[in-house]
Amino acid sequence: MNIIDAVLGDFFWRALIGGLGVALVAGPLGCFVVWRRMAYFGDTLAHSALLGIAMSFLISIPLNLGVIITCLLIAMALVLLSRTRALATDTLLGILAHSALAIGLVTLSFMPDIRVDLTGLLFGDLLAMNRQDLLWIFGGAVLVLGLLAMLWRQLLMSTIHEELARVEGVPVERLRLVLMLMFALVIAVAMKIVGVLLITALLIIPAATARRLAKTPEHMLGLAIMFGCIAVAGGLTLSWHLDTPAGPSVVVTAFLAFLLVYGTARNASN
Amino acid sequence: MTERLVQLKQLTVRFDDRPVVDSVNLTVCRGDIITIIGPNGAGKTTLIKAVLGLQQATSGQISVTPGLVIGYVPQHLSLEATLPLSVSRFMQLSGRSAKACETALQRTGVAHLWNASVHHLSGGEKQRLLLARALARQPDLLVLDEPAQGVDINGQASLYELIRQLRDELHCGVIMISHDLHLVMAATDKVICLNQHICCSGHPADISHDPAFIETFGHQVAESLAVYHHRHNHSHNLHGDVVATSETHGACDHEHH
Repeated sequence: MNIIDAVLGDFFWRALIGGLGVALVAGPLGCFVVWRRMAYFGDTLAHSALLGIAMSFLISIPLNLGVIITCLLIAMALVLLSRTRALATDTLLGILAHSALAIGLVTLSFMPDIRVDLTGLLFGDLLAMNRQDLLWIFGGAVLVLGLLAMLWRQLLMSTIHEELARVEGVPVERLRLVLMLMFALVIAVAMKIVGVLLITALLIIPAATARRLAKTPEHMLGLAIMFGCIAVAGGLTLSWHLDTPAGPSVVVTAFLAFLLVYGTARNASN
Repeated sequence: MTERLVQLKQLTVRFDDRPVVDSVNLTVCRGDIITIIGPNGAGKTTLIKAVLGLQQATSGQISVTPGLVIGYVPQHLSLEATLPLSVSRFMQLSGRSAKACETALQRTGVAHLWNASVHHLSGGEKQRLLLARALARQPDLLVLDEPAQGVDINGQASLYELIRQLRDELHCGVIMISHDLHLVMAATDKVICLNQHICCSGHPADISHDPAFIETFGHQVAESLAVYHHRHNHSHNLHGDVVATSETHGACDHEHH
C-alpha cells in the first residue's frame, strides 16, 4: 500500500501511468480512425471538448462527464447534418470543429471566477493528472477494450465493406454509435495528457506507424498500442527533464518513431 | 411449385421526387437466374439494393422469405489500403469455418490465394473472391452487381458459366445486373429490361424481338443478341447442314434469324 501511495503520490508517475492507460485505448481507436478515414472527424470531436469543459463549469458537473456528453452531442449533430447533404462533410466538420472551440473559449472568458489553465487544456499538462483522472482513464480503458473485444468481428467487417456487412446482418448504424461513444470517452480521458489540439495526433501517428509493420488487423492494433506507449513514456520523460509542454513532447516522440519506422522498415506484405 | 424467395410489388424508389425505380413487380424463385439489363441510370443498382434491404422503398412492397440467406457480390471491392488483410481473413470474417471458406475459394478457382493480401489481387481475382465469400454463406439467393467487371473476355464467359453451375449446386435463386448482354443470355432464364420501370421482360430468346427492348437498346444490339442467342442443341457439318447430336435425338427446334 505504501509503495502504491508513494507512486501515485508522485505527479510524474501519475502522469506516466495515466498516459500509458490513454495509449492503451488510443491505439485501437487510432486504427479505426485511419481505416475509416475519420481523422478530421476525430479532430472535430476533440475541439468540441473545450466546449464541453465550459459547459461543465456552467452547470457544475465533472469535467470528464461534460466532455463526453458534449462530444456525443456534436457527433450526433454531425451524423444528422451530413445526412441532409446540404454541405460537404469536410466543410461541415470545419464549421463544427472551430465553432465549438470558439464557443468554448468565449464561454470560458465569461466566467472570471473560474481560473482555468488554457494552455494546459489545449496542449496537455503533466502536473494536472490527479487520482480521479486515473480512475476515469482506467475505467474508460476497461469499457473501450471490453466493447472492442465483444464487437471486434462486426466492427472490422463494417469497416472493410459497409454494405456487405449490412447484408450479412451486421448492425452497422449501431456500431457507428458505439464507435462514437468510444471516441468521446478517449477524448475525455486523453485531454489532460496531450490537450485537445493534439489528441488526433496521438490517435493517428502510432496507428500509421504500426501499419508499416503489421500483417493482420490485430497485429496493427497491438503495434499501435506499443508505439503509443513509447510516445507517452518518451514524451513525458522529455517534458520532465527539459520542462517542455507535455502534449507536444508526446507528439514529437510519436513522430520520431514514425520517421524511424518508415525510414528503415520494409513495407509489410499484407 | 418452386419456392418464392423475394417478391416486389409496385416497388418505387424516388430520389428528390425523381423516380429511379418505378412500380416494379418482380418475383424471384429458387432456381431462377434473373438478369437485369438497362442503360446507365436505369435504376438497376437501386433495384437490387432495395432487394438487399440497403435501400428504402418510397412506396410498394418488398417481401422476403423469413430467414433467407443472401450472398451479395457488390460491384467493387474497394478496400482501404491501411487495413492489412489477407484473403483467408477476409473470408473468415463471414463467420464461416476455415474449411467452408477454403472450399468456397476452391469452387471459384482462387484457393491458391489463401495467404495473399487482398490489396494485391487483380480485378478478376477480386470478383472471384467476392463470389467465394457469398458462396461460403450457403446462400438461398445470390445477388450480383455486375459480377464480371474488370474480368477479361474469356474470364467473363467462364464466370457466368460458374454462376449457372452454382445455381444448380446450391439450388439457389440468382439475380444479377449485367452489361455483357450476349454472354449473359446463354446462362439466364429471364431477362428484365429496366429503364426506371420494367420495359420488357421474358426469356432471352423472346426479348430481343420485343419492340420495347429494341427501342431502348437500338436495332443493332437487338440483332446482335438474336444472333448470339443460338441454341446449341445441334451441330452443323462443313456444308452448314444441321446434324443431329445425341442429346437432341434428331429433333431440331433451331431458331435461325
